[in-house]
Amino acid sequence: MKTTENISVRKVWEILEGVCDPEVPVLTVIDLGIVRDVKIAKANEEEKIEVVITPTYSGCPAMDVIRMNIRMVLMQHGYNNVQITTILSPAWTTDWMTEAGKQKLKAYGIAPPNPKQQVCHTELFAEDEAVQCPHCNSYNTRRISEFGSTACKALFQCNDCQEPFDYFKCY
Amino acid sequence: MTKDTIYNYTLHLADNALILAQRNSEWCGHGPVLEQDIAITNISLDLLGQARSLYQYAATLMNELNATPLPKGAPIANGEGQAGLATEDSLAYLRDVRAYKNCLLVEQPNGDWAQTILRQFFFSTYQFFLYQQLQRSTDATLAAIAEKSLKEVTYHLRWSSEWVIRLGDGTEESANRLLNALDELWMYTGELFIPASYETAAVEAGAGVDVTALKTHWQQRVNEVFAEAMLTDATAGRESTWMQHGGKEGVHSEHLGYILAEMQYMQRVYPGCEW
Ligand SMILES: [Zn+2]
Repeated sequence: MKTTENISVRKVWEILEGVCDPEVPVLTVIDLGIVRDVKIAKANEEEKIEVVITPTYSGCPAMDVIRMNIRMVLMQHGYNNVQITTILSPAWTTDWMTEAGKQKLKAYGIAPPNPKQQVCHTELFAEDEAVQCPHCNSYNTRRISEFGSTACKALFQCNDCQEPFDYFKCY
Repeated sequence: MTKDTIYNYTLHLADNALILAQRNSEWCGHGPVLEQDIAITNISLDLLGQARSLYQYAATLMNELNATPLPKGAPIANGEGQAGLATEDSLAYLRDVRAYKNCLLVEQPNGDWAQTILRQFFFSTYQFFLYQQLQRSTDATLAAIAEKSLKEVTYHLRWSSEWVIRLGDGTEESANRLLNALDELWMYTGELFIPASYETAAVEAGAGVDVTALKTHWQQRVNEVFAEAMLTDATAGRESTWMQHGGKEGVHSEHLGYILAEMQYMQRVYPGCEW
């Protein structure tokens, strides 16, 4: 019993590898680290799947789309009884993002978050830790704005190749 | 601890976030430069997200309170949706001015950039210390929302503090604009630290934050930033300013009605519409 259950849970995780973030389509929900848990319960001969997710930012407009896409992809695989639960605690941080996810971000032209938590302080006009340019790999970059094209990104520019780029901000 | 207390307390937190989000969103497409237009609307989005989490929780509490569904055609001014069940949307779109519990500060007009910045700075400073404490609430949902939101508020506080300094220590014009904003807004800061009845009840229940105890932290932070903004003299003697209050108990300035008229228009005219 335990074994079959584990296999189906693993299967669901595999299926979720196919769900991408609508705003950063190179990242899957697994890469982002927003899927916290998958549970399968059997009731009346029918399997019920619960997927537990957590938002990156409170106001992230992608979450509604992600919720719908998870439901759709599971339906395509024949799972109709799906419940998606959102939890807030422990709060998501960029540490939840997988190494593979960080590599994919960089290849896509978005600087991945630095590994250290460094933004959760209130010190003013503080210089960020060097953020590496995803185009030429230079660390000689500067922050243009703390807020970028989406809530999870900041705007940077490279002082060497002059290219502007998004930084998935450490959080 | 009564559910009613937590419901009202949660609604108050939600209304603060929603109304400031709505105000800030008025800047969309009108910011002084593109980056700052994006910044203020990002802050707006964060606040809207916080409001949604809080309204969802408030709706759950309300539905548990009203376990028996209301009759059809029941008054909707308290935020009940069509089937008599509250949702995040019915709470935001179907309550009237007097049912809103936000503080007066967040409903004040945007004015110029300096006024918007100063309003954000005053509120973010308050919200920062509030959420720090609320993380330790005995109410697990409120604690989780606070923990999640505090990271966002930290950004808002940093951003708005830097702007206060930039304007105060900038040109003669920018400093004057900030001083004018201070004249407009200072009288609405006192209310933040005067607890409404449901805040006091929530504190007694262990779920809420004692806002009277936040005042010293708030004042200290404001003084620090104002000192860097060369505004130290500007706050001197303001302790005795008459402080407006009432918003948290539903007695609002004339501005909130206009905000709601615009925000609620679609749901009032086409009830239940979705897109
Ligand atoms: Zn470069």
